[in-house]
Amino acid sequence: MSDPVLPLGGTQYEGLVDVREAGPQGMIALRGNLADASLQEAVTSLTGLPMPDMRGAQVLGESGVLWMSPDELLLLVPYRQAARVCAQLSEALQGQLALVENVSDMRAMFRLRGTQLRDVLAKLAPVDFARDALPVGELRRTRFAQVAAGVWFSDDTTAQVFCFRSVAEYMFNLLCTAADPDAFVGFHAG
Amino acid sequence: MLTLKCPYCGVQADETELHAGGEAHLTRHGPGSSDADFESYLFMRENPKGVHFERWRHVNGCGKWFHAARCTMTLEVFGTYPAQTTEPPKKIRDAITVKRPGWTWRELS
Repeated sequence: MSDPVLPLGGTQYEGLVDVREAGPQGMIALRGNLADASLQEAVTSLTGLPMPDMRGAQVLGESGVLWMSPDELLLLVPYRQAARVCAQLSEALQGQLALVENVSDMRAMFRLRGTQLRDVLAKLAPVDFARDALPVGELRRTRFAQVAAGVWFSDDTTAQVFCFRSVAEYMFNLLCTAADPDAFVGFHAG
Repeated sequence: MLTLKCPYCGVQADETELHAGGEAHLTRHGPGSSDADFESYLFMRENPKGVHFERWRHVNGCGKWFHAARCTMTLEVFGTYPAQTTEPPKKIRDAITVKRPGWTWRELS
């Protein structure tokens, strides 16, 4: 198997928050009837995580289940296991109207760390980033400036941002600009 | 700024996260229809000052199409509802009646 190549080679930036390109991250897109018991069983047994509620992000380490839309989940698995999990999931869902696809190389992912996280993100997306509006463990799909993106907080000072691979550099530049040390806001602090 | 609540994922979506899809509740007249029906399906649109029903797509989000009832003059949103319907649900129409008594839109009121 060839070695995975990160879109930006694992680049990083330290400013108001630490921006670090994460990955490679195995990702599996799953579309189907999320209320179906056998689908839920397959997802929970393969990832070892509970089904997320609406907009939920159940993530533990490199594994996770992200609620993308009423009929779509994004499963996070370790990169090397993606193909195997994808095959197992397809088999478990045989006979059902469901789509399973290994999309590990489709996206870029960034890990943001810092106390000014919510201020930095609020510069880029038309989203209320207050702690009670976007709590830890909730996925928000939105746009960052001109590109589609998803973001969730894994704890109060850590967020994961993902976007399409083709706009990885644009996204990294955005995040760096928003995290410029001279652009302190201090609105969401405390 | 117009914000609509997506009825599928519950997000308060900003206008810029959405894609406008034009007027809602059109009846499609395709092959075999009369010229007049086809013409009205293709071209005839409401352009009201006031209550309006529109289609929107939550494009930077869950990707679903939904319907919204809003006022074109004040941008007041009366409600949003899923697209699997051919007419606005009663709840939405009642909500409009509370705010705009005597409203009409096409054959609805």
